[in-house]
Amino acid sequence: MAMKRIGVFICHCGRNIAGTVDVKKVAEEIGKREDVALATTYIFMCSEPGQKLIEESVKKYNLDGVVVANCSPTLHEKTMRNAAARGGLNPYRVEIANIREWAAWPHEDNPEAATRKAIRIINATIEKLKANASLEPIEVPVVRRALVIGGGVAGIQAALDLADAGIETILVEREPSIGGNMFRLSETFPTLDCPQCILTPKMNDVAQHPNIKLYTYSEVESVEGFMGNFKVKIRKKATYVDWDKCTGCGECLRVCPINVDSEFDLRMAKRKAIYIANEQAVPLKALIDENTCIRLQFEKKVKEGKIKPKKNVKICSKCADVCEPNAIHFQNNEEIVEEEVGSIIVATGFEVMPAEAFPELGGKYPDVLNSLQFERLLAPSGPTAGIPRRPSDGKVPESIAFVHCVGSRDPQSGVPYCSRICCMYTIKQAMLVKHALPSTAVYDFYIDIRSNGKGYEEFYHRAKEEYGVNFIRGKVSKIYKVGDKYRVQGVDTLTGRIVEVDVDMVILATAAKGSEGVKDLAKKLRIPYDEWGWLKETHLKLKPLETPVGGVFIAGAAQFVKDITDSVSQGSGAAAKAMALLSKPQLEKEPLLAKVDPEICAGCGRCKDQCAYGAISIDPVRHVAVVNEALCEGCGACSANCPTTAIQVVNFKKGQIIRAVDVLAEVF
Amino acid sequence: MGKKIMFYPGCTLKGVAKNLEDSTIESARILGYDFVELPNWTCCGAVYGLAQDSVKFTIANVRNLIKAQQYGKEIGDNRLVAVCSMCYNNLRRAHIDVMKNRDKLHTLNIFMDEEPDYEGNINVLHYLQFLKDDVGFDNIAKKVKTPLKGLKVAPYYGCLLLRPDEVAIDDREDPHIMENLLKTLGAEVVDYPLKNECCGSYHTVDKREYVAERTYKLVSIAKEVGADVIATSCPLCFFNLDRRQEIAKQKHGDFEHMPIVYFTQLMAIAFGLKSEDVLHFDRHYISPREVLAPWL
Amino acid sequence: MGACKVHIPIKSISIQNLKVGEMMKYTIKKDPHKDERVQEIIDISGQNIFSCYQCGRCSSGCPMAEFMDILPNQVFMFLQEGDVDTLLQAKTPWICAACFTCTVRCPVGLDLAAVMEAIRELQLRKNYDYVDPYNVEERDILPPIALVSNFRKFTP
Repeated sequence: MAMKRIGVFICHCGRNIAGTVDVKKVAEEIGKREDVALATTYIFMCSEPGQKLIEESVKKYNLDGVVVANCSPTLHEKTMRNAAARGGLNPYRVEIANIREWAAWPHEDNPEAATRKAIRIINATIEKLKANASLEPIEVPVVRRALVIGGGVAGIQAALDLADAGIETILVEREPSIGGNMFRLSETFPTLDCPQCILTPKMNDVAQHPNIKLYTYSEVESVEGFMGNFKVKIRKKATYVDWDKCTGCGECLRVCPINVDSEFDLRMAKRKAIYIANEQAVPLKALIDENTCIRLQFEKKVKEGKIKPKKNVKICSKCADVCEPNAIHFQNNEEIVEEEVGSIIVATGFEVMPAEAFPELGGKYPDVLNSLQFERLLAPSGPTAGIPRRPSDGKVPESIAFVHCVGSRDPQSGVPYCSRICCMYTIKQAMLVKHALPSTAVYDFYIDIRSNGKGYEEFYHRAKEEYGVNFIRGKVSKIYKVGDKYRVQGVDTLTGRIVEVDVDMVILATAAKGSEGVKDLAKKLRIPYDEWGWLKETHLKLKPLETPVGGVFIAGAAQFVKDITDSVSQGSGAAAKAMALLSKPQLEKEPLLAKVDPEICAGCGRCKDQCAYGAISIDPVRHVAVVNEALCEGCGACSANCPTTAIQVVNFKKGQIIRAVDVLAEVF
Repeated sequence: MGKKIMFYPGCTLKGVAKNLEDSTIESARILGYDFVELPNWTCCGAVYGLAQDSVKFTIANVRNLIKAQQYGKEIGDNRLVAVCSMCYNNLRRAHIDVMKNRDKLHTLNIFMDEEPDYEGNINVLHYLQFLKDDVGFDNIAKKVKTPLKGLKVAPYYGCLLLRPDEVAIDDREDPHIMENLLKTLGAEVVDYPLKNECCGSYHTVDKREYVAERTYKLVSIAKEVGADVIATSCPLCFFNLDRRQEIAKQKHGDFEHMPIVYFTQLMAIAFGLKSEDVLHFDRHYISPREVLAPWL
Repeated sequence: MGACKVHIPIKSISIQNLKVGEMMKYTIKKDPHKDERVQEIIDISGQNIFSCYQCGRCSSGCPMAEFMDILPNQVFMFLQEGDVDTLLQAKTPWICAACFTCTVRCPVGLDLAAVMEAIRELQLRKNYDYVDPYNVEERDILPPIALVSNFRKFTP
């Protein structure tokens, strides 16, 4: 039944729309339509009185459909639908005509054309609206459990908040211990707390919380299902050690003959082939690195037929020999476990670019490090016990240069964005050098000091005033070795002079990127990401924790590089989002989903192939497509590929779209 | 007779840089290639014009490319090898420029209506690229008669083999092509951090003191990292690093001379071509004869 | 007059021409975005000089910077402030060696070598000779590419 009494509400959006589009004229033109009962304007439709206007007009004029001409529907579609519903209209009989982003903003220079375009957009929206059906939301059940991916500070915070709220939470971490990058840090700005002091309590809480199930050295293998009902497969990687028996005593580490670079120490220290991630690891368990353990390598080669073992040959088993609880079994104990959860929080964090990526800045030299490596040398628990030493010769540096913005703000050879945390951590590192080695000269080459956080600017001033750090404004262009020293070729753009200084060590504040492998994970979760590996939020300002996939939230540096304060806030925020979702016995879902007309459907399966959500199957008996409403997101990919229009998205039917396009396509 | 390859010598090789020309042609001959001079070539212009609104500095290069197109068809090979860094840079930039800006090519084709149109298929190569990709360092190793064992060489690329990015023959910040060639010849290569820095270029004409300062820095650092000689491929770099040592010495008491050679001369020596007819050490201001004596 | 006519000590040309009190003050009289000569430099060089954010990498990497009177990064700032006059008096554009070190390292992809050329072109196109080709020392030993490149950069 086509609508005959449509109300059209045109928003001024302050001057955003009305400054360009002649809203009065638009209302006049639209008011001429026979199917329009009311066309009016208001300064802010999203305001309380604006909503009241819709609510009362629905009653007063007995409206059977509403078009609100304002901003993007991602902002206020829901607001307007609710307003109309309060007046007694089915909310799916409300449509948004986006005349702000489509007409006013892009045509600021041509108000007349903008006005014509606004009228055209509203007319097209009315045509689409007229065939809208009244719909009711769909209800789906909820699994009251949550999954947190990533055991850095954001993930830890999210897991603890969820668990405290009584929600059973699974925390997956790919490294052998939780703690993430924060646990690598020496001290934290601007308070100079050490993570060993402030993060370990939280890590231990995770390990002991009755509502948290911790999978470390594990990765998410696959994700199926939908908001409220996800099925997740988790791969527990092979440790070759029985963690139920391992006490973390560390006897095995002492006898292992193999030394390799430590992942936790970012090559600044060695570890054994059997190792515990770090001294305060949670869980404190040993595991064997299959790529470097001589026994496992030998067994692998035998298995592959590359070598034939001689009889009575004794292969190294020193670790197992000293293991009192008999935890080391050398058996591949990789395992896939399956968990059902209602919500997922992704907190996969960040990484920084390697120094080697910048040969002009001496990245190939052993004493030129990136900032995270240097954190290990400053950490009291690190390989040099907090006194920085040159990796090349163990010498205590008499001078150190820091270089900001290495790869950051550099779309040509790095990333276009500011990596946000480097200014502050570099200042902190400079201070810590002065703490440890008061007579060491520190040169800090910056472009702009960005200290926009609570206590940050004051922290910077302390470095200048109390610590004797030398700040030089200008980007370094070249660093090379001359004798025993590294020559830093810089500039002081403020006095307008070239500046050269020879130092013992150089620290590059290299650009931050999303964690390695995050793109694969995002594909499994079907959430968007950008080319630098940052997960994309639904709305940068208003929905920073949400993703387009219902029930999947992001927290911490997975979204974009963040300091600890922001990461923790986001961890709590994402947990709150998940709690809100999981606190409902049933979930309501938008009914704007694909529907199949079995009379027309030929069961060709093209829609099934196109569906990114696995929502479509072919009924083997009736040989027609069937939509699982719980999985369908209403994207319309199926409909666009259907040769017979048998599958269509409700309220986005072919007739509606064609009529709308017809109106839009009229020549200006 | 070896395989014929078009060779673009450029003006300087025909005069002061005879040592570069002969060592190039003769080393190529040993490798089985007959470097044939491009008929009727004209000057490359030495520096590429950077003004976007002008095509005047592109004309001569496109004319050279057209000549190569004609002659290339005759000998059935589209490779045009240059060894002078400036010539390589100019010819390659001109080729890329007109391929990217078809309007420019059209204008030039019309302007040079006496010539056939440039079809865009000339492969301008620097000799180092030719040696690495077309000859192969393995094959070069087979021809080495006198390995340059013990000779410490600082490879010097200068600017025009590496910049701008579109003409770079290797990683612009950390190139290794010359290192790998020199190692193939048996030489010891020092890690020379200034290998991609400018020598001062054309300022040698009117501001030679500035260039001498560059020479002082470039040679001193080469000495510092332990080099016996600096190897280059550019006759202007060669001139500046070699000849300007005179002023550098006058100004800086601590300055120590170092001979400058073309990488092709080192190749010739390693291949056993040690006569003055090929090496022309008389063209050097700082003679390399003493430093190279053990291999001569 | 010998070949080396730029023997005047650094930081002298532009300073000498200024009256007391002018050196440290510049009054913006016109929106630099609407300055015709800035636009001409943009047109000749093909570079959007306004995208420079003053990191300074062009200067710190410049092999000739120590001989200049205005640093490469400052050239962009003068342009962004519409002060073409100072650049036309400066030595810097005539000291650039077109080595492209700044060009390849510029984070926003600006070709400063082309901007320097554009500033020179503004003068050369008025038939200005920066060097006198008839009065060059060492003509017998200079390689032809030195002369060709020098004259191309420094004569109309």
